[in-house]
Amino acid sequence: MTSLVASKKRWGEKILRLVFFLCAFISVVTTICVIAILAYETLSFFQEVSVTEFLFGTEWRPLLEPKAYGILPLLAGTLLIVIGSSLVALPVGLACAVYLSEFASDRARSIVKPILEILAGIPTVVYGYFALTFVTPGLRLMLDDVQIFNAASAAIVVGIMVLPMVASLCDDALRSVPGSLREGAYSVGATSYEVTARIVVPAALSGIFAAFVLAVSRAIGETMAVTLAAGATPNLTLNPLESIQTMTAYIVQVSLGDTPSGGLAYKTLFAVASLLFTITLVMNLLANKVMRKFQEVYD
Amino acid sequence: MDLIKPVTPEVIGRRSGSLRRRHLYSRAFRIACIGFTMSAVGVLGLLIYQVAAAGLPWLDLQFLTSFPSRFPERAGVKSALYGTLWVVSFTAMISLPVGVLAAIYLEEYAPASTMTRIIEINIANLAGVPSIVYGILGLAVFVRFLGLERSVIAGALTMSLLILPVIIISAKEAIRAVPSSIRLAAFAVGATQWQVVRSHVLPSAIPGILTGVILALSRAIGETAPLIMIGALTYVAFVPDGPMDEFTALPIQIFNWTSRPQAEFHELAAAGIIVLLAVLLTMNAVAVFIRYQGTRK
Repeated sequence: MTSLVASKKRWGEKILRLVFFLCAFISVVTTICVIAILAYETLSFFQEVSVTEFLFGTEWRPLLEPKAYGILPLLAGTLLIVIGSSLVALPVGLACAVYLSEFASDRARSIVKPILEILAGIPTVVYGYFALTFVTPGLRLMLDDVQIFNAASAAIVVGIMVLPMVASLCDDALRSVPGSLREGAYSVGATSYEVTARIVVPAALSGIFAAFVLAVSRAIGETMAVTLAAGATPNLTLNPLESIQTMTAYIVQVSLGDTPSGGLAYKTLFAVASLLFTITLVMNLLANKVMRKFQEVYD
Repeated sequence: MDLIKPVTPEVIGRRSGSLRRRHLYSRAFRIACIGFTMSAVGVLGLLIYQVAAAGLPWLDLQFLTSFPSRFPERAGVKSALYGTLWVVSFTAMISLPVGVLAAIYLEEYAPASTMTRIIEINIANLAGVPSIVYGILGLAVFVRFLGLERSVIAGALTMSLLILPVIIISAKEAIRAVPSSIRLAAFAVGATQWQVVRSHVLPSAIPGILTGVILALSRAIGETAPLIMIGALTYVAFVPDGPMDEFTALPIQIFNWTSRPQAEFHELAAAGIIVLLAVLLTMNAVAVFIRYQGTRK
């Protein structure tokens, strides 16, 4: 009887397998590099600036005398963008998703979906241009006391930018709700509003929640539109009509200048980036976890 | 899941008002959803109109073949257009093989181990890391540590890391769509794992893989922040000759023009945006064409 064991060792197969594994492992190396670099430079930043001053200081002035390293103004700027963009993207995105999954005909769906994909594919610098040349002049026409660079304008375009993502993820969540639930509700006489608001949306709530968290995380990391339209003045305010600076915009501002490598100003880049990375990572982990859980419910 | 209550008249709120009022609510709700969707579509139209109205008068051969200039009427996007093409070509050469091989490993080879799970979760999370963080990584590793300076290759390596998760995720989906009966038939007649992948899985998966890669590359073309971080220059009056040359790129040129106060430069930015969108549209058309060819077979 012939043996079923391979007659010769296939070294080529083994080497290929190793090469493929290394390609997949690059992603892990990337993460390790990001964390190592951010941690190393941030630790050396904290040898010169105390953690308390960084996290609770109310003034951010790392490039001018007298220097101050309180992150709160940048966090407040980012928060303004997040709140404003959420006010635009979350309700409109969810409404788009409800329309697409509950009301739209196949034909309407096949037109609206690609348009949303185009909206999602437009580069962020184009949204920055749109904010400066259209949204800001519009706001100044409607309201008094709007500064040329202001948080509201940037928040609106960031909202438009993340809207397609919210719509697409919520659409997926709504469509994964089994049709039998809808039919059950219709059969006891519910109207389409009642079916959507009291049956379908609650059933898809965890998916919708994950979509919202991912949208907020995107808004926090958004850079170019915010740099162009929101200004470069670290400002501890919650007034959206004033010029502010976000964490990402600060990072761009420093790297556009001639900051020498190794100085304290250079290290602030990494301290701010660490905070940015930590916040978005926690939100993404949360969203992915919720999403995995919710996929299990109906599978 | 306890969110789903049994469907009873109370749950759907039949007691909350007359039938006519409930239908009125329902219709208003439907109209509101359609209205919101139309407004999103309208914004796209508005954006395109705004850009076209400002930029089209500036868009001519002179604009495409001139270098940037302090004088708006003499300025052009030649160096930025070439820089973008250089960077995206090298990004494709790096990210395409690495991404596809990683996807092959995860779909065809990977055992159901902790290591595999770590890689999968890690890729999902990397896809959500803000692009500016990749810029900082590129600055620290490629520009400073490896001493590549502000070169095309440093930009391409940074962009590759940025789009790798996107490529891996879409390539995995394309590979998973290949029916397993094809694999099993090949194994049954004695093919090795690599023979199965090369001769059976890849040929059917390639249209899907290419579509994903092109869409990922078009994301790389639009990215600005990472290139600013690694120090792509805003004023470059030459075309790169090789991967070690300095460069600028279309989005950076657009950013530069938009951030100036003068209206003429804003119009130049609009013209630059038209060029950028034209490049993106061409790539997307190619992706759609490949997908169409793939489904026809």
